[in-house]
Amino acid sequence: MPTLTRWYIKTALLYLAASLVVGVVLAGARLGAWPAAGAGLSPVYFHLFMVGWVSQLIFGVIYWLFPRHSRQQPRGRSELGWSVFGLLNAGLLLRAVAEPLNATSPRSMWGWLLVISAVLQWAAGLLFVIQTWPRVHGGPRRRSSKS
Amino acid sequence: MPRLSQWYVRAALIYLLVGFSLGALMLSNKGLNLHPLLWRLLPVHIELVLSGWILHLALGVAFWILPRFWEGPPRGNELGAQLAFVLLNLGLWLVALGSALGWSAGLLLVGRLSQAAAVLAFAAHAWPRIVPRQG
Repeated sequence: MPTLTRWYIKTALLYLAASLVVGVVLAGARLGAWPAAGAGLSPVYFHLFMVGWVSQLIFGVIYWLFPRHSRQQPRGRSELGWSVFGLLNAGLLLRAVAEPLNATSPRSMWGWLLVISAVLQWAAGLLFVIQTWPRVHGGPRRRSSKS
Repeated sequence: MPRLSQWYVRAALIYLLVGFSLGALMLSNKGLNLHPLLWRLLPVHIELVLSGWILHLALGVAFWILPRFWEGPPRGNELGAQLAFVLLNLGLWLVALGSALGWSAGLLLVGRLSQAAAVLAFAAHAWPRIVPRQG
């Protein structure tokens, strides 16, 4: 299993745990235990689960197991893979912080942090597609990275 | 990777990109209040990510890696999996656009029926391939 895949899967497991903790906080907020904490957390809960856990796990497994890109670079450019990992997690963590803050005390600064988070995650998705697309093929047809 | 899986996976990647783009637009809207109508994209975003990205990828990879047969076509009768691809996409767009544009409940029902039929068609294809070893 390549190093990047191990990072993806271990990070995905951490997000799964984090999303379940946020789920507990949301349930507590609904019971009235800490009503202020629930603000803005519902979308954070969904995205920690769907982006942080599900999509990140898929990204890691695809990077590991999809048909090879070329003999020289079986998984494509590794720096592209690490860029996807960095952008995705930076964007998601920023959202997890900025969204509740924006919900409880809307300020332009939190709003702009959400925009930055959106751009980071979108860039991660774009680079992931660019990296994975050439690996969706029928067999060992690529002899070099130029072919 | 067989041709049909390539179709599924490439569609999944396109849906991932479009789904992420709509998500980024709505998250930016949450921060900057760009336009209230952008919230109508929420059901499209959800449909593209769940049915478009996750489900297409899962079905495409399943078609690729489930055990194959020793005799006859290696993946058996592929018609169910092919039909599933068409029905899944038809249903996805009916549900996504119908929710966003306020189409009639009847069209939404057709969309959901199409998605359910897609899953049944794929299950009919995959069922005989779910065995302890290649058979």
